[in-house]
Amino acid sequence: MITLTHYLVLAAILFSIALVGILRRKNLLMLFFATEIALNAVNIAFSAISKYYGDLTGQLFAFFIVAIAASEVAVGLGLLIIWYKRRGTIDLDSLQSMNG
Amino acid sequence: MEKYLLIALFSPLVGSLFAALFGAKPKRLLTGIVTSALLFVSLISSLILLVHIASSDDIVRVKLFDWITVGSLNIPFGFVADQVSVIMMVTVTTVSALVHVYSIGYMEHDKGFNRFFSYLSAFVFSMMVLVMSDNFAGLFIGWEGVGLCSWLLIGFWYHKKDETRDINPSISPSWAANEAFIMNRIADLGMLLGLFLIYWHVGSLQYDVVFAHVDLLNIGLVTLIGIFLFIGAMGKSAQFPLHTWLADAMEGPTPVSALIHAATMVTAGVYLVVRAFPIYSQIPDIGFFIASLGAFVAVFAASMALVNTDLKRIIAYSTLSQLGYMFVAGGLGAYWIALFHLMTHAFFKALLFLGAGNVMHAMNDELNIFKMGGLHKVMKYTAILMIIASLALAGIYPFAGFFSKDKILEVAFDSQHYILWFMLWLGAGMTAFYSFRLIMLVFFGEERYKKYGFHPHEAHWYMLLAMAPLAILAIIAGFFEESFEHFVTKILPEYHFHVHGIVTVALIGVTTLIALSGIAFAIYKYSKGGFSEKWKEHPIYKLLYNQYYIPIIYEKVFTEPYKELSKIAWKELDLRVVDATVDFIANVVYKSGFAGRVVQSGNLSKMLRWMVIGLLVLIVLVIVYSPVR
Repeated sequence: MITLTHYLVLAAILFSIALVGILRRKNLLMLFFATEIALNAVNIAFSAISKYYGDLTGQLFAFFIVAIAASEVAVGLGLLIIWYKRRGTIDLDSLQSMNG
Repeated sequence: MEKYLLIALFSPLVGSLFAALFGAKPKRLLTGIVTSALLFVSLISSLILLVHIASSDDIVRVKLFDWITVGSLNIPFGFVADQVSVIMMVTVTTVSALVHVYSIGYMEHDKGFNRFFSYLSAFVFSMMVLVMSDNFAGLFIGWEGVGLCSWLLIGFWYHKKDETRDINPSISPSWAANEAFIMNRIADLGMLLGLFLIYWHVGSLQYDVVFAHVDLLNIGLVTLIGIFLFIGAMGKSAQFPLHTWLADAMEGPTPVSALIHAATMVTAGVYLVVRAFPIYSQIPDIGFFIASLGAFVAVFAASMALVNTDLKRIIAYSTLSQLGYMFVAGGLGAYWIALFHLMTHAFFKALLFLGAGNVMHAMNDELNIFKMGGLHKVMKYTAILMIIASLALAGIYPFAGFFSKDKILEVAFDSQHYILWFMLWLGAGMTAFYSFRLIMLVFFGEERYKKYGFHPHEAHWYMLLAMAPLAILAIIAGFFEESFEHFVTKILPEYHFHVHGIVTVALIGVTTLIALSGIAFAIYKYSKGGFSEKWKEHPIYKLLYNQYYIPIIYEKVFTEPYKELSKIAWKELDLRVVDATVDFIANVVYKSGFAGRVVQSGNLSKMLRWMVIGLLVLIVLVIVYSPVR
């Protein structure tokens, strides 16, 4: 029997994976992947809890997040491509012009 | 009548503010004329009040608004014109209006013409607040106001450099202004303590309330209040040992010396003693001390005037000495006589100073009387006016000084203080001598100024015209003695003489005799070329010429140790403790900022790490602090 706990544990594991990705990855593209994983981990948790309580708000929210994530990726990838064209690299350590 | 009181009070303020509008601008004759005109308005209002009060005995009171109301402390901004304050108002406005007109001529080439009139009118306003206030707080405000204006005006030529003199450690207008201000500050602390004591024990600062309660207070307390208030009076009226500032204040422009340091501000101390007579009549011992100090100062200052060579300083010492006379009268309970001498003195001393101003103008600001002589040929009117003033000062019948000064001597004799009487008698002789020494050296004898290349000239006609009313008052003011006594003793206690008839006549005779012999001696000696040079080597001459070495003693005993103390405080305390603490705090902030700078690497990945750490910390906090179900 798959209970709410399983979903939440899955969401937590996915979120942790995403967090590690955010911390460790130096490639900007991989960073985007990691954020997507984090967002979807949250979506799983929302949907599961929504089902558990019989309240549609959570699922509605998950849809919103999907839509926002899609547009965010569109904008982000656009910027990323322009950046790659200009500098020839998307390595994070080369993006240090704001060094104080 | 309230209307006239307010006009008398506020028209000098309006004049001052008007002149202040042109403060930084080049000279405008208009400012001088407007301020003078407003002073005459004030004078006329004061005279109307005087006539009104004299004819109806109606005391005019005005309460503008509640000024300070905190808890049980209630100080209204109130003014009163009663028999005493109206006399002061008339004296102050008369002298100030004439001095304003005189200053238009005296300051005509000065760059700070507009500024000068602004300060001068501000002074008159402060003085009016001082004399018209119906409570001690208002008096104190006026007291500080005149102190401030005196500072501004002594230091009017602030750009002059310090110069070292043999008789004084260092002197310049700004130095003298600071000295006057600091001396007064010391004395004002005493006065403030007196006011605190009054408020603490009476619960009010209104004159009426305080004086009604004085009888109920412990006599020791009243003594303490009397002492503290008198310390304030000592500073303002330059009594020993706080007297050195007055002679140095002569660095200011001469009209200022005439108005502030002869006629009005320095008499504020006498006014305070007269005004607070219910306190002082309770404590005759303190009164006797005041009288003794006054008599001492009368002789002490007169002796310094005997040998001084500085035109204005001689007159300044004479002012000091006359203030001593006033304090003798005030201390011995003859308050109306103190007030009377205050009034007559204001007229003839202002006249004397303005005359000195004419001489200075003629001599290109030269002050050494040994460089003058024979000036009566070119300055006939000034000479006549100054001789009138000197005769009044010496106390010769029928001039004003005769009536007021003789009365003080009579009081001293009558109250059986024969030593005081003798000192004052001696002082009268010295006064006559130094006044005529000055006249002889300046206006008569050999024309020494020619040697030094001076081209003296008579002052403007309107300056002389401004002096004329003062001269008339210096002649006739004495004849108002009886009506004056009748008028002010409605408030002030009367003084009952025990000696009458032949003794009084004998006293007047003896006093007049010494005054006349002082004059005769001065005229005889200086028409023959004065004292020989050998006198200058005499220790007594040196002592007097160096002002009893008091400025030097003050320099050595107070100023220099204070300087040393300040240096120690600067090097040990300020640099090591205060600065070190502040520097330490600044360093901590600076260094922690420097260390924390690594956070702002600009590297996205590092920033994300910090973000995650923050997130984890927040989660931990939420878990720790969330309520347990």
